[in-house]
Amino acid sequence: MTQNGHERPVVLEARGITKRFPGVVANDKVSLTLHKGEVLALLGENGAGKSTLMNILYGLYHQDEGEIFVNGEPIRARSPHDSIQRGIGMVHQHFQLVPVMTVAENVVLGNEITRGGLWLDRRQAAERIQTISRQYGLPVDPHALVADLDVGAQQRVEIIKALYRNADILILDEPTAVLTPQEADELVGVMRTLTSQGKSLIFITHKLREVLEVADRIVVLRAGRVVGETTPAEASEASLAAMMVGRSVLLQVEKSAARPGLPVLDVRGLQVRDDRQLVAVRDLELEVRAGEILGIAGVQGNGQTELVQALTGLRTPEAGSIRIVGRDVTTATPRQISELGVAHIPEDRQRDGMVTSYPLTDNAVLELYYLEPFAQGLVRNDTAIRRHAEQLVAAFDVRTPAVTVPASSLSGGNQQKLIVAREFTRELKLLIAAQPTRGIDVGSIEFIHNQIVKKRDEGVAVLLVSAELDEILSLADRIAVMYHGQIVATVKNGELSREQLGLLMAGASLQDTSASSATLAHP
Amino acid sequence: MAQAAEERTPSPGPPGFREYYARYAPFLVPIFAVFTALVVGALMIGLTGGDWLAAYIGLWEGSFGTPIAIANTLVRATPFIICGLAVALAFKAGLFNIGAEGQLYAGAVCVVVVGTMLQLPPVLHIPVGIIAGALGGAAWAAIAGYLKARTGAHEVINTIMLNYIAIRLTEWLIKSKTPYILGDPADASGSRTRFIAESMHLPGIRVTETAILHLGILIAVLLVFVVDWFLRRTTTGFELRTVGANPRAARYAGMSVPTSIVLAMALAGGLAGIAGATEVMGARYALSADFFSGLGFDAIAVALLARANPIGILFSGLLWGGLLTGARLMQVRAGLSIDVIKIVQALIIMFVAADQIVRFIYRIPQRRAGEEAMISKGWGGG
Repeated sequence: MTQNGHERPVVLEARGITKRFPGVVANDKVSLTLHKGEVLALLGENGAGKSTLMNILYGLYHQDEGEIFVNGEPIRARSPHDSIQRGIGMVHQHFQLVPVMTVAENVVLGNEITRGGLWLDRRQAAERIQTISRQYGLPVDPHALVADLDVGAQQRVEIIKALYRNADILILDEPTAVLTPQEADELVGVMRTLTSQGKSLIFITHKLREVLEVADRIVVLRAGRVVGETTPAEASEASLAAMMVGRSVLLQVEKSAARPGLPVLDVRGLQVRDDRQLVAVRDLELEVRAGEILGIAGVQGNGQTELVQALTGLRTPEAGSIRIVGRDVTTATPRQISELGVAHIPEDRQRDGMVTSYPLTDNAVLELYYLEPFAQGLVRNDTAIRRHAEQLVAAFDVRTPAVTVPASSLSGGNQQKLIVAREFTRELKLLIAAQPTRGIDVGSIEFIHNQIVKKRDEGVAVLLVSAELDEILSLADRIAVMYHGQIVATVKNGELSREQLGLLMAGASLQDTSASSATLAHP
Repeated sequence: MAQAAEERTPSPGPPGFREYYARYAPFLVPIFAVFTALVVGALMIGLTGGDWLAAYIGLWEGSFGTPIAIANTLVRATPFIICGLAVALAFKAGLFNIGAEGQLYAGAVCVVVVGTMLQLPPVLHIPVGIIAGALGGAAWAAIAGYLKARTGAHEVINTIMLNYIAIRLTEWLIKSKTPYILGDPADASGSRTRFIAESMHLPGIRVTETAILHLGILIAVLLVFVVDWFLRRTTTGFELRTVGANPRAARYAGMSVPTSIVLAMALAGGLAGIAGATEVMGARYALSADFFSGLGFDAIAVALLARANPIGILFSGLLWGGLLTGARLMQVRAGLSIDVIKIVQALIIMFVAADQIVRFIYRIPQRRAGEEAMISKGWGGG
């Protein structure tokens, strides 16, 4: 590995790490070095081997070949416990916290300070947490219940948990995926504080902008191999994307101005309750016209999920009305809505969008299985189903050895392409796409974005729900910001800046964002 | 980079032995489980001073060793196969049907009713009897399905409770004397129903004085293929399987989950009811309150061993019937209690359920996504 002229000592080094899973080489002779006090960004598409490498460093997996050195000493981490002892901490993408316990209890869990070996010393724990919290600028109340904290605070608890165990090397796995733009900025600040006090960070992400903003060095992984190492000064978003995918990628979706037609989706005074019977969507008004993309921006958990469920018939609204192509579908079933020409890309593709144990063939006709030519009466026509699946796979470039393999054997991006293929090849009037590119590779994102724009140009009304503001900004013609179950503002794309939209997503009012041209959807 | 990036690096070389070994794990685990159970059973017999070899030779001869033994095994296996299908079909729809026992009684009671009250020629009476059994079982199981679909009440609890109700109800129908309902005034012990009309007896070949190889086994084999075809090749079967595999995706795809649940239970109950019909119409021609004595629970084991695969149930049902049939000769040859067979059966189920043990012993690679973990799924699917 190149040293890049670093004077600082190497705290972690991986040499020639190879890890094989049946049929796949997840890591192929991967080497990297981490210097004291730096942020090393590990960039790569889903399935590039980032997580495998980090799990090896953290001791969850064991490499088949290669060596790991911590502070110059060779180690073979047998378990995360060993790694923690060596000062390696990890903040997982999905927080490992117990919601019903307090911050202090979560932090000490598994590493409790006790009195007499039996009683928890809560006070001492709280004091240490406060010390850490002050030292690194991680404000959090040790006595608060984790369930009551917002996502940003929960992430701070995770970081404190690692620091409490004296971690010098912190692995952050996609830490910004769940944060608002403002929270992400705060996290960048925290990362700077940590490195200034001698901590070394490995930052895993697929967001190019953040990498350029925060990293000291960037290592790019593709198909299990290190394909490049660079610095923010030498790299650009385009060059990083090209390195990740192995070819040049259009980061900006090319599209002409929208030519909106008649209203296709018309939502009035919609109120929807969530599973806990809390009001998740309140008094919501929405209109999407043929040939336009309306993007719903908002931090996850502000009622987008329930809104989409209500629109697709999966959840019955409490009040209000939903009309699609003029028909009242407020209490219609999913099938009735689907038969009107509504396609739905669900936000959780594996739980809602497919049966992962089914082969691609069955998944390709998940909604149309009962119609000609896929069924004659009650009997399925396997030949027609297979031919259809093969057409989808070919037309949408789904990478699979055969259409008979289970959907679970496909990568996330290919699973999503299969769902997109299935939804897009029907007669469409309205497309509801929820988080259509979550957790998938850049190449697939580019492909899916282009397909969505193509559908728009064919005159389909598109409702795009995404927690990724960049995705909304690059695709939407109009943007509706959703906060606490309401549309707080609807603007033409371009009227508000990223920052202004970010503030609206965080609950600021439109006046605060000092935008004059925008109109309030609701007082 | 000139070449396009590959999604994954292909594994070097052709698929080796391990690949095939992993691929056929769903078939290998039950076979190895049976083998392991027999080995452990032999150890137990040996350690307690018995002659395990003589015992197993007796077991083989008594179950598959002679034409008469085979005929007995087939008769014995018939209800296991049909009831196993009842458990498996519900299982494919994500439902754990513990209620085959109750559904057997519900079906059998209906069979006795049409068998004692109607006078029809055999060509009509036999189909009427089987249909009555199917409808009785279907109606009984549909209660549990409806409760699940409407209120979310777990089918495991409800089918168990319905078992008790069905058995006690049968007992009352038989034992009631003022007036007699199904009970036979001619039977001094008052423990059985009146005999069904001879026109409803299933045709068969008399094998021994007590056993007739009746039409039931052919019905069982036919049902195996019908159920397999239904699940794989019909749209309704696809709906049931989808609801079982991923109810959220089923809803997303526009399927009605409640309808599928009620339908799956009704079909399962219908199968169990047919098993009740073939037992009454083929063998003893009357019903008593202890008639099935746990057959519906053994059916769970049969379905489990076959991993809910209809074709597999044909074999696991035969195995179950064979073990019970052969036990008698084993008892004679080795002087062992018939209960030894119950232990071997229990061991088989234990090894199938705890398939990690079998996978460890025989180095079968771990299950992958897509392969079903039957027991945990059955409970978790609620």
